[in-house]
Amino acid sequence: MNWLKQLFSRRRLYSELSEEIQAHLEEKVEELVADGMTPEEAIRSARREFGNVGLIEEDCREVWAWPSVEDVFFDIRCGMRALLHSPVFVVVALLTIAIGIAANAAVFSVVNSIVLKPLNYPRSEELVALHQLAPGAEGLADFESGLLLSQSMYVTYSEHNRTFQSSGVWATDTANVTGFAQPEQVRTVGVSDGVFETLGVRPVVGRWLSTADQVPNGPKRVVLSYGYWQRRFGGDPGVLGRNITVDSQPREVVGVMPKGFRFVDADFDLAAPLAFDRGQLILAGFGFHGIARLKPGATIAQANADLIRMLPIWMDSFSNGPGSNPHIYETWRITPMIRSLKQEVIGNVSELLWVVMGTIGVVMLIACANVTNLLLVRVEARQQELAVRTALGAGWARIVRGLLLESLMLGLMGGVLGVGLAYAGVRFLVAFGPSNLPRLDEIAIDTRTLAFTLVLSVLSGLLFGLIPALKYAGERSGALQSGGRTVSTSRERHRVRNFLVIGQVAMALVLLMSAGLMIRTFGALSKVDPGFSDPRHLQAMRISIPETLIAEPERVTQTQSAILDKLEAIQGVKSVGFVSEMPMEGFESDWDNIFAEDRVYADNTIPPLRLYKHISPGFLQTAGTRLVAGREMTWAEVYSLRPVVMVSENLSRDMWGTPSAAVGKRLRQFPKMPWHEVVGVIQDVREKGVQEKAPEIVYWAPLVHNLFAPAVRTATFVIRSERTGTEGFLKEVSAAVWSVNSNLPLASVRTMQDVYDKSLARVSFTLVMLGIAGAMALALGIIGIYGVMSYTVSQRQREIGIRLALGAQGEDVLQMVLRQGTRLALVGVAIGIGAALGLTRLMTNLLFGVTAHDPLTFLAVAALLILVALLACYIPARRATLVDPIVALRHE
Amino acid sequence: MTKPAQRDLFPGALEMMILRTLKRQPMHGYALVQQIKRTSNDLLEIEEGSLYPALQRLLKEGFVKAEWGISSTNRRVRTYKLTPAGTRHLEREVSSFERMLKGITQVLAPGEL
Repeated sequence: MNWLKQLFSRRRLYSELSEEIQAHLEEKVEELVADGMTPEEAIRSARREFGNVGLIEEDCREVWAWPSVEDVFFDIRCGMRALLHSPVFVVVALLTIAIGIAANAAVFSVVNSIVLKPLNYPRSEELVALHQLAPGAEGLADFESGLLLSQSMYVTYSEHNRTFQSSGVWATDTANVTGFAQPEQVRTVGVSDGVFETLGVRPVVGRWLSTADQVPNGPKRVVLSYGYWQRRFGGDPGVLGRNITVDSQPREVVGVMPKGFRFVDADFDLAAPLAFDRGQLILAGFGFHGIARLKPGATIAQANADLIRMLPIWMDSFSNGPGSNPHIYETWRITPMIRSLKQEVIGNVSELLWVVMGTIGVVMLIACANVTNLLLVRVEARQQELAVRTALGAGWARIVRGLLLESLMLGLMGGVLGVGLAYAGVRFLVAFGPSNLPRLDEIAIDTRTLAFTLVLSVLSGLLFGLIPALKYAGERSGALQSGGRTVSTSRERHRVRNFLVIGQVAMALVLLMSAGLMIRTFGALSKVDPGFSDPRHLQAMRISIPETLIAEPERVTQTQSAILDKLEAIQGVKSVGFVSEMPMEGFESDWDNIFAEDRVYADNTIPPLRLYKHISPGFLQTAGTRLVAGREMTWAEVYSLRPVVMVSENLSRDMWGTPSAAVGKRLRQFPKMPWHEVVGVIQDVREKGVQEKAPEIVYWAPLVHNLFAPAVRTATFVIRSERTGTEGFLKEVSAAVWSVNSNLPLASVRTMQDVYDKSLARVSFTLVMLGIAGAMALALGIIGIYGVMSYTVSQRQREIGIRLALGAQGEDVLQMVLRQGTRLALVGVAIGIGAALGLTRLMTNLLFGVTAHDPLTFLAVAALLILVALLACYIPARRATLVDPIVALRHE
Repeated sequence: MTKPAQRDLFPGALEMMILRTLKRQPMHGYALVQQIKRTSNDLLEIEEGSLYPALQRLLKEGFVKAEWGISSTNRRVRTYKLTPAGTRHLEREVSSFERMLKGITQVLAPGEL
C-alpha cells in the first residue's frame, strides 16, 4: 500500500525537504556574493526571491498529507458542534441508545460467561461427562440424569478404555462436621481415583487426593474447598495435617482447592475419597457421575463406541451376587450418550439465554428505528444548512460522510454510557437471576463483552445513520429551491418513516407475545398442585444422623421420633413429620427396582425402576399432601417393622388401574425382603419442579426390613406453623433438636415457599426479562408512533388549515389522522403476527400449559398494541383539529 | 484546497515547465529554477520557492524521481529526473495545452466580429 509507505517515510521526507531548501538558499547566496553583493544583501535578496520558507514547506507537506484523516477530524469537530446545537435531540437519542446497548451488553455478558466462555479447567475442551441412557429400563425416564455409572462400571471403563487420558466418578452427599462451636452440615463430594487428575486443577495449598488415599479402610483424608477453608479456618495454610471430625470420624486435611473450583456443577465444602473395595463391587449401584478427559484427537463418537465395546466386559467381570444373571442388563439397552462437560454444566439454560438475548437484540433494533426517525427529522430540518454547504463546494460524499460520522459518534457515546449502565445491569442480573443458573458467579463484563459493545455501538450507529444519509443523498437536488416552504408532504417523503413505524410495531408485537406467553406459562405453573399446600407456613430443614454417631437403625428412628416430639411441643406448631426429601429440594433421590407380588418376572428381565422415599407418620398431614386411598402407616407399625408401604397415585394407576385397587397389593425392593402391603395411596407430587412430570414413587417407612439401609438417616423435617421463618421460632427449633442430640446440625433451613420459588426461578427470570424487553419495546413503539404522527401533523398544518378553511369539521381531521396511524399499526400488527407465529416456536421448551401459538395471547397482545397505537395517535390528532386556518396559512 | 502555485500561471503550468526542463536533462532544484528563468528570458515571474511544492506533487504522482548526489559545484543536492510516466504525462499536457491555446487564440484573433 502506497499510503502506508508514505505514512512511515513522512518524517524523513520532511527533513529532506528542509535540507534541500536550505541548500537552495545557500547556493543562491553564494552566487549573489560571487556577483559582488555583500553577504547580508545576498541573504536578504535570496530570501526575497525564494518566498516564505515556512509557507512553502507547509505547502510541500500538504502535498504528502493524508487529506482524508485530517478531513475526518474536521468532520468530527463539525459533527460535535452540530450535536451540541440540539441538546434535546442528543439527550433523547443518547438515552435510547445507551439503554438499548446497556441491556444488550448486560445480557451478552451473561450469555458469554455461561454459554460461550470455556469452563474453568485446563484444556477444558477435552473434558466429557459420561452420560448414559437406558431406553429398556422401565421407569428410568423419571430421572433426569439418565443412567448414572455404578462403581464396577467405572472400574471397567477406567481399566479397559482406549479413548480416555483419565476418568473418574463422583457423587454429592452431605456430612456433619462436629468439634467446632456448633455442629454443621456440609456439602461433600465423594471422588474416585482419577477425578482430580481429569479436572486438572491444582490445589492452592497442599495436594489433591491420589490413588494412595483410595485404599479401603485406609487413612481418612479430606480436601477443603476455598470457601470452607476461608469460613472455617480463616484461610490459614497451617490447616494441612489437621484433623477435622466428619460424620464423627477424624479426617486429615491434605489440600485446599482454589477459589471458584467446582466438581462439574457441584459446589462443595469437603471432598473425600470414595475408597471403594474393588473386590466387593457388584454390577448395580448406578449412583455416580462419570467424567473423563479424552485423549488428544479422540472424538465423542469414538468414546461412545469405546463404552459400547466395554459394556459386555463389565457384565462379564462383575455380578449382582451368586445366582443372578449378569447379562440381564442387556434388556436395558444401555446407550452411552457422552457429552461435553460444558454442555453437562450449562444444561438447557443456553436456550433460555439465547431467547433472552434475541429479545433484547430486537429491543435494540426498535431503539435504532426510533433514533433513525429522530435523525430523519433532523436531516429534514437541516436540508437548508446542507444545501448551503453543498453550494459552497462540499462534495456529496463529504456530506453523507459527515452525517454518518455524526450518527457513529452518537452510537459510540451511547456505547460508552451503555457500558456504564451495563455494569449496574449485570449486578442486577446476578442478584436477580435464578440462583440455580449455572456458573452464576462467573458472570462479569470482560474484554469480549466490551468488544461486543463496541461492535454493537458502531453497527447501530451505521444502521440508524445510513437511512437518513441515503435519504439525503436521494433528495440532494433542489434543496435550495424549495426555500423551506411548508408544502403538503407527499407520500414519498413519509414512506421511510412509515416503514420504520410498521417495523417497530411488528417487533414490539413479537416481544410482547413472548412476554405474554411467559405470563400464561407462569399462570399455568402456579395452578399446578405441587404436592404440598400453603408452603409459606411449612418450615423445612435437613437433619442427618451418620452411622458413626448412632450405629443402630432402631435408635436412629427413635432419635428422629424424639425430635418430632420436641418440635411438636414448640408453641404455635400444628404438626410435624419428616421425609427423605421434599419435592423440588433438588437432592438426588434414591431409586431401585420394585417387584410386585402379582407380577411374574421372567428370569432375564429387571422390574421397573421406581423412585423411593421414606416418610414418617404425620408427614402427609403436615405437608398438606393428600391421601388418595387407604390410610397412613402408624408409629406402632414402624417400630414393629410391620411390612407396610405406600405408593403414589400414578404408580397405583400404572400397575393396578385405580388407587383403591392398589390397597392390599404387596411390593418389595429385592428378593430377600419380605413382601410389603400397600396400605395407602398418596397424590402425585412434582418432585423435580412443577413443570416436570410427577414421577411414580414408592413410600417406605423410616425403618424397614432392608439389608443395606434399614433406617433413613438423612431426612427433611417439616413443621406446620404460623410462626415459620421468624428468628425466635428458628432458635426454638434448633434448641429442640439439640436437646435430643447436640451433635446434629440443621441444614437447608428454609420454608417450602423458598424451595417452591427457587424451583420456579428460571421461569420467573425469563418472565421478568421478557417482560422488561416487552415493556421497553412497547414504550419505544409508542414513542415511535407518537413521534411520526406529531411530525406528520406539524408538516401538514397548512394542508389541514386549508381543509378546515374549506369547511372540514374537527371531527373529520381527527379521524383522518387517526385513520392514518391505525393503518400503520394494523399493518405492523399483521406483519408482527406473521413473524411471531414463526418466532415463538423457538421458545416452545420454555412454555408450560400453553402452546407457542396460543390464540388468546395473540388476540390480547394485538388488541393491546392497536389500542396503544390509537392512544399515541390521539394526541397529535387532537392537535391537528386545533389548527387555526388563518394562522396556518399566514405562516407562509 | 491547494493554493494556486503561482499567481500569474494557470494550474499545472509550472509542473509542465518543470517536466519539460527535466526532459532535457536531470537537475537539482536550484538549477531548475535558474534554467526556467533563463529559458523564459525572465518573462515569467516565478517565486523560486513555489518550485518545491510543485516538485513534491510530481514526486508523489511518480512523474519524477529524486536522488541525492554531489553537484558540479561540489555540494550535496537532490537531483530530479523524469520518469517514463512523467514523459507520457508531459506529452498529454502539452498537447492539451496546445489545443487550449489554439482555441483561445482563435477567439482572440480579429475576425468577423
